[in-house]
Amino acid sequence: MKIEGQVRIPSGCAIAAVISKEGKKMSGKRIIDAMIPMHDRSNGLGGGFAAYGIYPEYREFYALHMFFDSRAIRKECEVLLKERFEIVKSEIIPTRTIPQITDEPIIWRYFVAPLQSQLAAMQLDEKEFVARIVMKINAEMKGAYVFSSGKNMGTFKAVGFPEDVGVFYRLDEYEGYAWTAHGRYPTNTPGWWGGAHPFTLLDWSIVHNGEISSYDANRRFIEMFGYQCTLQTDTEVIIYIMDYLLRVQGLTLGEAASVIAAPFWSTIADKTDLKDRQKHQYLRTVFPSLLVTGPFSIVLGFHGGLMALNDRLKLRSMVVGEKDDKVYIASEEAAIRAMEPDAENIWAPAGGEPVIIKVKDGAY
Amino acid sequence: MLFNGKEQDYRALNEALRKTQEDCLITGCCGQRFIAAGMSRQNITIEGVPGNALGAYLNGADITVYANAQDAVGDTMNGGRIVIHGDIGDAAGYAMRGGKIFVKGNAGYRAGIHMKAYQDKAPVMVIGGTAGSFLGEYQAGGTIVVLGLAAENRKIVGFFPCTGMHGGKMFLRSACEDIKFPSQVTARPAEKTDLEEIKGYVDEYCALFGCHADEILDAPFTVVTPDSKNPYHQMYVAN
Repeated sequence: MKIEGQVRIPSGCAIAAVISKEGKKMSGKRIIDAMIPMHDRSNGLGGGFAAYGIYPEYREFYALHMFFDSRAIRKECEVLLKERFEIVKSEIIPTRTIPQITDEPIIWRYFVAPLQSQLAAMQLDEKEFVARIVMKINAEMKGAYVFSSGKNMGTFKAVGFPEDVGVFYRLDEYEGYAWTAHGRYPTNTPGWWGGAHPFTLLDWSIVHNGEISSYDANRRFIEMFGYQCTLQTDTEVIIYIMDYLLRVQGLTLGEAASVIAAPFWSTIADKTDLKDRQKHQYLRTVFPSLLVTGPFSIVLGFHGGLMALNDRLKLRSMVVGEKDDKVYIASEEAAIRAMEPDAENIWAPAGGEPVIIKVKDGAY
Repeated sequence: MLFNGKEQDYRALNEALRKTQEDCLITGCCGQRFIAAGMSRQNITIEGVPGNALGAYLNGADITVYANAQDAVGDTMNGGRIVIHGDIGDAAGYAMRGGKIFVKGNAGYRAGIHMKAYQDKAPVMVIGGTAGSFLGEYQAGGTIVVLGLAAENRKIVGFFPCTGMHGGKMFLRSACEDIKFPSQVTARPAEKTDLEEIKGYVDEYCALFGCHADEILDAPFTVVTPDSKNPYHQMYVAN
C-alpha cells in the first residue's frame, strides 16, 4: 500500500482564528469548537493551534516548543541550547493520553533568553540570533525540531484531527488573546508531527489552506537569506517569506500582503490612485520571486494581532465575522457560528485583500 | 418533518432526509455538507448555515435557506430551485445545467462558473446584491442576472467577469462603465426586449424577497453575450 505522501489525496484543510481587540483572554475551547463543523476538511493527518498571550509570567523569554525523537537527541540538543541561552525553565508540555492521538514524540518546552556574551560575540540582534539557532537545530539535528519560538505565544500541533489535538494538548487550560487553528489534509507531502500547522518562526505563526505552485521558486529565493526549508511542506516557506519581509525588510503587513498576493499587472495598470499604482509596481518589481501562486487562504499570527489573506485569484474560501471585541476568521461560516452563534457582519474578503486585526495598544 | 441539525453528522442528516417523502425543516444547521444532494421532490427549509455543496446535483427539489450559504451551492444542479435569504459563497451554481438559484444578497467569487444549457434545460441564477470576481467564468449557457441592490459603493461585479464565456447570457443592472470585459464577449446596454426576457425571473425574485420588479427594471442594464459562436477560435488549438 502506498503511504500518504506517495499517494495524492486532493482537496481539504481548514483554518480558523479568533482575536480579542481588547486583549481579553479566552481559553482554547472556543477555537477547538470552530474545528468541529469543519471536521471533514481534514483527514486526521495533522492538526494544530497557535495561541498568543499564554505565557505572561515568562513574557520576556522565548518559548521554544520542541519535538524530539529520542531522549538522547533531547540531551544533545540541550547541550547546544545551554551554550547559547540562559534556560529559565524547561519542562514536558502537558498532554492528555487519548486514543485519538498516538505515536507522539517527546514534547518539551524551554523558556530561554539569549546569552548576552553570545549576542555580543556574534554581533546579532536577539531575534536574528534566535532565528538562526532555530534554523540550525531544524536543519542539522536529526530528530529534533523547534516548532515554536516566540515570546508569550506557543504552537501546539500533532498528527490527528484538530479537535483531538486541542484536547491532547489541554488547550482548555491556556488563556490567550488570539488563537489560530488548522486541520490538515495533506496533498503532496507527508503527514507527520513537524508537518502539521501552524508553522512558526519567532512570534510569527501561519496556518494555511491550499498549495503553493510557486513553492520551489519561493524556496530558492528565500534560502539565499539563510532560511532553510526542512519540514517537508510548502507552507513553511510562507512563514520565512513573512519573517523576511516584515522583520528583515521592515515592510508593513499590507505591503507584505501585496508582495505575496500581488495583483495582476493589468489590475495594477488600471489603478487610478497613482501612488497606490506605483507602490504595487515597486513591490512586484523588487520582490518578483516572493509572489506566492496557487490557491491559499492563510492567517498570520503575530505579537498583538492577526492578518488573514487569500491568494489573488481567491481559490480558497475564507470568511470573517465579528461580535463585540472579537473578530473571527474561518474557512467556513459554520466554524464562526460554532465559536459565536450571533456573529455579525459576516463577509468574504476579496483575493489579495488583507484583513489586519490588531489588539489595542497596551492590552497584550 | 423536523430535523435538528445541531451537531448532527452530514451523512446521518442526509440519509434521514432521503428516507422521507415529506417536506423537511432543518433547524440549527451548522456546516453539514451535501444537504439534499440529488434530491428530486420535497420542499426543504433550512435554518442556520448549511455546509458546502448544498443541493449538489439537485434534481427538482426546492430548497430555502434562511441564512447565508457557503461554497459550491447547486454544484452540477439539474433541476429544482434554491433560494438563499442571505449571501452565498464561492462557485455558486458550478456547472449547473438546469433549475434556478435565487440569492437575496451578494455572491462570492466564480458564481455561475461553467453554467451550461442542455436541450430543454436552461439554468438561471439571480443575485440580488453584487458578485465577486470571475462571475460567469467559462459560462456556456443559461442566464445570470445580477441586480446590484444595496450595492452602495461596491462595483456590481469584481474583476475578470465572463472570462472564457462562450455561451449563455448575463444581465448586470448597471451601465458597467467601470467594468472591464474580455475581448471575446459583447457587452451592450439592454433594450426593452432584452429585459422582457428576465422579467419573469425578477418577478420571482421580488415575490421571494419582497421588492418591486418595476422599480428594479427601471434602471440601466448591461447584457453580455459571447461575441461569436466560437470566440476562442485558434486560441489553444487550430480549430
